[in-house]
Amino acid sequence: MNFETTIGLEVHVELKTHSKIFSPSPVEFGDTPNANTNVIDWGYPGVLPTTNKGVVHDGIMAGLALHAQIEPTPHFDRKNYFYPDNPKAYQITQSETPIAHDGWVEIEVDGQKKKIGIAEMHIEEDAGKNTHEAEHSFVDLNRQGTPLIEIVSKPDIASADEAYAYLEQLRQIIQFTGISDVKMEEGSMRVDTNISIRPVGQKEYGTKVEMKNINSFTYVKKSLQYEEQRQQREIMSGGRIQQETRRFDETTGKTELMRVKEGSDDYRYFPEPDLPVLTISQDWIDQIQKELPKPPAERRKDYVNELGITDYDAMVITQTKEMSDFFDEMVQAGADAKLAANYLQGDVNAYLNDNQVDLQNTKITPDHLATMIKLISDGTISSKMAKKVFKAITKGEEPKKFVEEKGMIQLSDPAKLQPIVDDVVAANPQSVEDFHNGKDRAIGFLVGQIMKQTHGKANPQVINKMLKESMSK
Amino acid sequence: MTEKISEDQVKHVAELAKLKIDDTQLPYFTTQLDQIIGLFETLSEVDTDGVEPTSSVSDQVNVMREDVAENWHQQKALLENAPDTQDGYIRVPTIIDESGENE
Amino acid sequence: MNYFNESLTTIHSRLVNKEITAKELTQQTLANIQNVDGDINAFLTVADEAAEKQAAQIDEAGIDADNPLSGVPVAIKDNMLTKGMKTTAASKILENFTPMFDATAVEKLRNLGTINVGKTNMDEFAMGGSTENSAFKITHNPWDTTKVPGGSSGGSAAAVAAGEVLAALGSDTGGSIRQPASFNGVVGMKPTYGRVSRWGLIAFGSSLDQIGPITRNVQDNATVLNAIAGHDSHDLTSSTKEVPDFTSSLNKGVSGMRIGIPSEFMAQGLDDGVKQTVLAAADEFKKLGATVEEVSLPHTKYGVAAYYIISSSEASSNLQRFDGIRYGRRAKDVKNLEELYVKSRSEGFGDEVKRRIMLGTFSLSAGFYDAYFKKAAQVRTLMNNDFAKVFKDFDLILAPTAPTPAYGIGEDVSDPMTMYMNDVLTLPVNLAGLPGMSIPAGFSKGLPVGVQLIGRPYDELTVYQAGNAFEQDTDFNQQTPKLGGNN
Repeated sequence: MNFETTIGLEVHVELKTHSKIFSPSPVEFGDTPNANTNVIDWGYPGVLPTTNKGVVHDGIMAGLALHAQIEPTPHFDRKNYFYPDNPKAYQITQSETPIAHDGWVEIEVDGQKKKIGIAEMHIEEDAGKNTHEAEHSFVDLNRQGTPLIEIVSKPDIASADEAYAYLEQLRQIIQFTGISDVKMEEGSMRVDTNISIRPVGQKEYGTKVEMKNINSFTYVKKSLQYEEQRQQREIMSGGRIQQETRRFDETTGKTELMRVKEGSDDYRYFPEPDLPVLTISQDWIDQIQKELPKPPAERRKDYVNELGITDYDAMVITQTKEMSDFFDEMVQAGADAKLAANYLQGDVNAYLNDNQVDLQNTKITPDHLATMIKLISDGTISSKMAKKVFKAITKGEEPKKFVEEKGMIQLSDPAKLQPIVDDVVAANPQSVEDFHNGKDRAIGFLVGQIMKQTHGKANPQVINKMLKESMSK
Repeated sequence: MTEKISEDQVKHVAELAKLKIDDTQLPYFTTQLDQIIGLFETLSEVDTDGVEPTSSVSDQVNVMREDVAENWHQQKALLENAPDTQDGYIRVPTIIDESGENE
Repeated sequence: MNYFNESLTTIHSRLVNKEITAKELTQQTLANIQNVDGDINAFLTVADEAAEKQAAQIDEAGIDADNPLSGVPVAIKDNMLTKGMKTTAASKILENFTPMFDATAVEKLRNLGTINVGKTNMDEFAMGGSTENSAFKITHNPWDTTKVPGGSSGGSAAAVAAGEVLAALGSDTGGSIRQPASFNGVVGMKPTYGRVSRWGLIAFGSSLDQIGPITRNVQDNATVLNAIAGHDSHDLTSSTKEVPDFTSSLNKGVSGMRIGIPSEFMAQGLDDGVKQTVLAAADEFKKLGATVEEVSLPHTKYGVAAYYIISSSEASSNLQRFDGIRYGRRAKDVKNLEELYVKSRSEGFGDEVKRRIMLGTFSLSAGFYDAYFKKAAQVRTLMNNDFAKVFKDFDLILAPTAPTPAYGIGEDVSDPMTMYMNDVLTLPVNLAGLPGMSIPAGFSKGLPVGVQLIGRPYDELTVYQAGNAFEQDTDFNQQTPKLGGNN
């Protein structure tokens, strides 16, 4: 029997606003427990929420970036459930009128392009955090009220690879809007998945299995792959899939049962009476559309078509908006696009990885890096010298000044090099003869001699050419 | 009179609301709720086809707060008022049932 | 100090003329409460020396001659947060709860130099119409202490009627200011929804709740509303509309005013004395130059159902925060979290609150939402349309406030259905968010009877104007109960 797979993804993205979605408490992490909380965050008697305009703005921006329709009159709803990290025992979210709906993300798997639909996207508040010990659990409400966007895909995703590609594209698109860091490892992007399989040709979907809070794209992919196989085995051996929530065990690579769902949860949604309905004008949408930075897919297209760099390079550069903006500024400053791309994905990425730092938090500037690349292009420095210059750039030094001060300027002037070339040729007749006999190694030896005399400053391409000319006379 | 709500439903609703209705109180509560829900059902007489529901009568639309952070410095007072705390956390009995929402 | 023959005007002039200091006034007010409240039980908490100190500070700064509230003692219903003063909403779940901030309305009064002399009794979380649902005490009607004071703001209304204070704040979700005002022969205004901030008001039905003043006369009432009205950045549903001076048109009369009496409000179940009072009030308004005609609000009979679905649904959600985790009562000796929730809430809430939570939870639950909550919200639209239609041709609606005068303590409490039906005349005003005021208009069987004046949204001015014209030409508000004498 052949099966087809249907995957749904619910992605939560934490927004980088200054204040919380319904209270002015700061959105900050790493403070002492409950430091960034007030009576609103604690759900005190008599408190009321106030909608943060920045969150609505960011919600619209995300909607536009995902090609979605913006809801003109969205309101908030209450989702009721008791839990210690949920202080009001209801979460303010959007159920009836999500801020955006019917968008899409384009993915590419094995050279095949496919549009994955987005059913809806809503803004809501995050809960606090519970930690557990043997006797007690502990509640910290610092995270309570942090703004979230939840993005719900349509049942268009048909494989674990597509799910992975969708998540990567989604991450990039959101990252480029600047509204979130979208980092799985920091919890600013969180993924819940559901997966079902059905025999090819069957109309109804199979029974869904949910998996919650998987903490990397790779594990999402692995858990979906495992689950797809498990469900197939189950059905082939005459079993039945039950509606359940499973957990992915990273060490075994298997999914295991967490709990079986009995009917659906009853969250008793109803419109939030404490918050007036919003009216999102076309003017506001247009204005946000104008603020929206150019998306990664468009940038990749331009990089390949207009700057002639490879698909792969373009992909690496568009991992983050900061990298892509940096690249644009380098090219603007006159750097060769190919070299700029090489440096970004080579030395720069290595430096960022070694130091575990984001590009925007280093002293490297697009101007400095572009200047260095121009010095390489015009032969002022060699790529070997560039290593030292790059190191200086990471410390914030201006490359031209650095090169001059260190006397690192390459000797490229034929008039200055000619006497040295003549001397070396005259002093090594054996090598000249070897050259004439077709031994290519001979020229390398002569270049080495010239380098020795110039303390490595001679431009190797220039002296190569001069040596050949000199010996061909 | 047909039953609008059964004792089992009353128990279920109490569970959702985290309330305990004693077995001795259950018949009495059920009878009362049944009567009131009977009254609620008179609304079915009203033709509401195409009528928009009213969930607020506030004259305010589109009012929002600017995104400016303010710390009201209430951490200490909030914790002092809480029934049980430890190291700046609110302390509760261990949460065993993870079936609640967890994010 | 008892306030039977006083008003804000008389007290203010005595304060300004230094016949009495704010401190003395506060002391005498507290002494009188001590004297009288044993029979009435209007207060849950009475202020201590802190109130006298506050009054002394006002004396020191000088009574503000332009501010009629400067140095005046007031009482606050116990569902409004008062910084440093216990606030319980008459519930065991908040038995020892002391807020760290003031409700906006309380803060505004404080900033104008009023002195809060205490917190008044109420039905637990404002759910009820007799104040018998208080977890702590039964309040008695000053006119007949075997009778209820109405509710849920029964403590505030009784405190004013008994001369304990000149003004008190109440809250009104389905009639909780107007009905006790009627039962106690005082003036109670529920302003337009959004007129007064709800910040710091312990929520019952969020789309219905409004804070308003209870006073001995109309002018005082308008003066207190002047003090508490206005937009508040903490409450996004509070209106940004300009707040007029509500005392500015008190003396303009009702000549030419068009007043409607809804026939549905005069139908079955109305006490004869109440009916006669309304008809007499209609004659009075005609005499004063208004036209009075019968009008129709055809969906009135569905109001009780729609109101109890909506208010209970909102309440079921609003009261979930009382879970024993962060503040308030936490049950002892619990084995796990589930037990903590269930025990804290089951021990902390009284039966009526539990009943409303259950009704609301049911109305919102899966499979029932459309038939109950959504249907009620649609019927609400139709009811509001009925009002809008009447207000095209009429400036004001005149109606009875409550179907009967005050009833006996213990009479109704066992039957929630009867209790709910009693709100039929007041709750449509909350569903529509309109301003409505009950003024003393007569007596039935020796008990006061109020009539209700209902205005267009944000038109409290007209309501006060008509109320004052009526009051000036009658003497119902000048009659006082004989304390301690009638039983």
